[in-house]
This record gives sequence, C-alpha cells and structure tokens, in this order.
Amino acid sequence: MTAFALTPDVSFGAYRVWQRNRDATLRNWKTEFLGIAIEPFAIILALGLALGQFVELDSGEKYVEFLAPGLLALFPMFAATFECAWGSYVRLEMQGTYESIIATPISVDDVITGEILWGTTRALVNGSYILLVSFILNPWLHMVDSPWAILAVPVGVLPGLLFSSISICFASIARAMSHFAYFFNLVINPLFWFGGAFFPFDAMPRWVQILGWFMPLKHVVDIYRGLITGNLEWSMLGSLAWLAVVTVFFYVLAVKLMRRRLIH
Amino acid sequence: MTSALIEARGLVKHYGDFVAVDDISFDIREGECFGVLGPNGAGKTTTIRMITATSPVTAGNLRVAGLDVAEEPRKVKAVLGVVPQDDNLDPDLLVRQNLEVYARYFGLSRDEVRQRIDEALELFQLDDRATSNVDDLSGGMQRRLTIARALVNNPQVLILDEPTTGLDPQARHLVWQQLRLLKSRGVTMLLTTHYMEEATHLCDRLVIMHRGKILVEGRPHDLIAEVAGPQVLELRLPSPERDALLAEFPQGDGFSVEQVEDLTYVFGGGPASAMAAERVGDPHRAHLRPGNMEDVFLLLTGRGLLD
Ligand SMILES: Nc1ncnc2c1ncn2[C@@H]1O[C@H](COP(=O)(O)OP(=O)(O)OP(=O)(O)O)[C@@H](O)[C@H]1O
Ligand SMILES: [Mg+2]
Repeated sequence: MTAFALTPDVSFGAYRVWQRNRDATLRNWKTEFLGIAIEPFAIILALGLALGQFVELDSGEKYVEFLAPGLLALFPMFAATFECAWGSYVRLEMQGTYESIIATPISVDDVITGEILWGTTRALVNGSYILLVSFILNPWLHMVDSPWAILAVPVGVLPGLLFSSISICFASIARAMSHFAYFFNLVINPLFWFGGAFFPFDAMPRWVQILGWFMPLKHVVDIYRGLITGNLEWSMLGSLAWLAVVTVFFYVLAVKLMRRRLIH
Repeated sequence: MTSALIEARGLVKHYGDFVAVDDISFDIREGECFGVLGPNGAGKTTTIRMITATSPVTAGNLRVAGLDVAEEPRKVKAVLGVVPQDDNLDPDLLVRQNLEVYARYFGLSRDEVRQRIDEALELFQLDDRATSNVDDLSGGMQRRLTIARALVNNPQVLILDEPTTGLDPQARHLVWQQLRLLKSRGVTMLLTTHYMEEATHLCDRLVIMHRGKILVEGRPHDLIAEVAGPQVLELRLPSPERDALLAEFPQGDGFSVEQVEDLTYVFGGGPASAMAAERVGDPHRAHLRPGNMEDVFLLLTGRGLLD
C-alpha cells in the first residue's frame, strides 16, 4: 500500500523532480539571473539608504545595519514562496506536470518533496547572494559585523523548507490563480511587515510581541541578527528548534494535502 | 500459469457514492492490442488510472506484469508507458529535453536512452523539431511526442487513452501507422478510442464499456458478425413505403429493425435485404452496406446522449 501510505513515501525520485525544476529554470537563466542580480542592490539602496535617512534607532545603529538580517530573511522567503505557490500551482493545475510525473515510478510524495527542495534551493541561492552583496558593500555600509554571518547560509535551509512547504499547502487548496491574492494578503503580507524585519520588536506593544512569536519570520530574523552582529544567544537555539518543529508540521501537511488533491 | 500482462478481476471504482467502474474483469495478453470502447463517462479513463497506479482500486484484483498494483505501484509504473487523454508535455522543457527528463524519472541516464530517444524522434518524425518549444508544435506533433515519451522506458505495455482524439485525418493516419509498427514489433497495447474505425483496425480484441460495466468482449470482426451481422440495410423512406418493403421480409427469420429519426436500419436481413435494396434502386433511399463497429457500438450502448 505504499502509494497511499500514511507516512511520506519518499525516494530518490524527489531528486529527479528537483533536477526537472533546475533544468526548466536554467533554460531561462538569463531572465532569472537578471532579476536575482539586481534585486539586493535595489533593495539596499532604496530601503537601507534612502528610507534610512529618516529613521533613527534607539540602539544608535544605522537603519541599513538594522535591516540586513531582515533582508536576508525576507527575500529568500519570497523566492521560496514564488516557486512553491505560483510556480507549483502552474505545474499542478495548468501544465499537468505533476500528473505526468506520477505516471512514472515517482510518487506524489516524491514530487512534493522535490518541489520543496527546489524552493529551498531558490531561497538558498537568493540568500547567499544577498549575503555576498552585503559583504561586498561592507566597507561602506557595515552591514555585517561578524564572520558568524556565513552560518546564515546553512541555517537558511530551514526557513527555505518551511516557506516552501507553507506555499505548497496553499497551492494544494487553491482552485484558481486569483486565490493567491488571499495567500499574499493574509499570509505573506503580515509576515513581511510583522516579521521583525523592518522595526525592532522590543519597541512594540506587548501583544505585537506575542503575535511576533508566532511569526516564523521573526525567529529567522532573530537568528540572522545574532549571526550577523556576532551576539550569539541561547535563544537562537530555541528559535531554531521552533522553526524545525513548524517545518516538519507544514511539510507533512503539504504532503497530505497534495495527496488529497492528486489521488482520487 | 498465465501470460496475461494485465489481469483485472472484479475491478470496482467508487467516487464517493458514484460507481464509475462496476465489477469488470479482463485479461490483456502479451503482444496483443486490447481496445476499450465506450461512450463518454463509461469509465475508460478511470480503469486506466487504476491500472497505472494513479487512482486507488476500490475493490477487486488488479495485476500488471504479475505485480499487485496496490502493493507495488512504483514497479508497476516502471513497466508501463502512458499516453494520457489530455497531453501533459512539459512546456518548460524543449522537445528532446521532454524525453530526457522523462527518462530520468525512470532512473535512466541520458546516455542509456540517447539511442532510444534518437529512434523515437525519428520514428515519430520529430527529429528536426528536437530543439523546439513544445508549445510551438502542432496538435499532431504534440500527440506524437507524447507517444514517443511513453516509449522511453521501453515499456512492457503501452497504454493509450484516446491517442488520436482531436487530430486531423492525416495526423491520425500517421499515428495509426506508427502504432501498427509498434504492434508488429511485439509491443502490447491498451487503447481507448471513440473512433470505431481505429478500434477495428488496430485492436485484436476489445471490450465495450457502458456505465462502468463491460457489455461485450471479443474480436472486432467477430463482434460485428455477431451483433450487427455481415450486412446492414439503411432505409430513408416514408413509413407506408417502408412498411410495405419490410412486409416482404421472410417472417421469423431473426432480422431486426431499428428506427432512428427518419432512418431505418435493418440488421441480419440476409438475401431479403439485398433484394429490397435492388427493388428501391436508389442508394440514397435504400443503401446496403457491410456491418461495422459503429453498428455494434450503437446497438449495445443505445443512441441517446449519455452524458
Ligand atoms: N475524480 C473524480 N471524481 C468524481 N467523479 C469522477 C472522477 N473522475 C471521473 N469521474 C466520473 O466517473 C465517470 C467515468 O469517467 P471516465 O473519465 O472514466 O470516463 P471515460 O470513459 O474515460 O469518458 P470519456 O470518453 O469522456 O473520456 C464519469 O461519470 C466521471 O464524471
Ligand atoms: Mg476518458
């Protein structure tokens, strides 16, 4: 009964799906590359420097320095979300890609796992590049204070998996492209603004702080902030564990929901 | 000991309360082309989806190449080549990439299948489109590419769900020709179609399904002889004239008459049919022709729209 088993039935097939997405992306690498290459510069200039002129932080640090961990968390989140919400929905519903793949020895669970791994890869590429840009601009902007920052790359696997899984969950229940407006407005937008990327949480009312604890992005930003500033704290391990638990939950949910959508 | 590659016994499929496939049994033997005919909604695609381990079996026994479909879906899928009812080629990949990436889903490397892919592209006359976008291909080319894709894993059974629906006559004949070639090479096939001519041409044996059940099973020409008879008389006459003509037929001779709108069909009329046609002397009003699969299909499944 492996096809319809209760626990995820994952094989090497997940990697085949990952390879398919890689090949499809590399076919259009020029357009993809241009967007990825320019984005962080634009963001750092617009948000960090332009907006930063009007922001004064209690801590005395420059706004662009405060912003660095947030950008490192936000833009990979967007990359994963874009890939596994819109992208997966197109493959699922408009192109019949999933249907064609599950007619081969690859299981639904393999497909979903491969998709999530690919979304995670996009997030990692995106995050590594932002980090690289931060290092390059460091002599002028001082965005990175500690070599620990490099750990943000491996740590980024976790939010990559998490946001990919959440997005797949949504793609599996969406019935039309227009439904993604809900996803964007109800999930991604609040995460974007209240994830602790743009303003310090400490200054917020207590209820916002409590709310923030439930926001995955806040934990990601906290970890990155610790790594980038070099102020390592035990609470970062707590955040890591929190993220791991939530990631497993959404991964299993994504597999179950997609099975319900594809197997009938 | 059985040489059946696909063996279904008491196969049932429910969607909620709806019974889509209702206790069907059949064998598909090595090297044969097995047809499944049936009106829209008969349960053909549902049956195929169960065979290809993409839809769970509600009840019954289903084995492919000796493997239980529910127990070993991955192994079952590894020995099948599937051409789905709706094309689902990968528009994000080029024509040749479609085949290479699909082969990889079976764990086959590019080197292993290079020659097979070259052959398939040539056989399906796509070799000069290898680096095209899938979306730029005509409908017929897309269909051929889908069939080529189903062959990359060298399947034991090729499963074709309406392979020629929506194709123009040229493209359809090209596909038939290629399927005949595959058949002559010993490829076992399961084929569904709404083209009776296609079924008669290609299938060694076929079943006609209706509302989830199998109505008949047999070889096309046997079915035509048994159900429709060798000759069918079509009459387009005002009823008094028609009745006068039919009164001439020897009574109790086992012929049957079916009235559809202004057209009367006489099945199994024997020499009397030929005489009647001659008497009217106008092929527009009385036409004697050989029985065909379409007669069988319509006699068994009725003429009303079923969906
Ligand atoms: N996922 C599903 N959920 C509910 N009902 C379904 C589902 N899939 C098919 N059906 C129903 O099952 C019946 C059989 O459908 P199926 O697709 O097997 O027919 P078919 O013989 O392939 O028809 P066609 O010639 O139109 O392709 C139809 O009434 C269809 O509406
Ligand atoms: Mg069908």
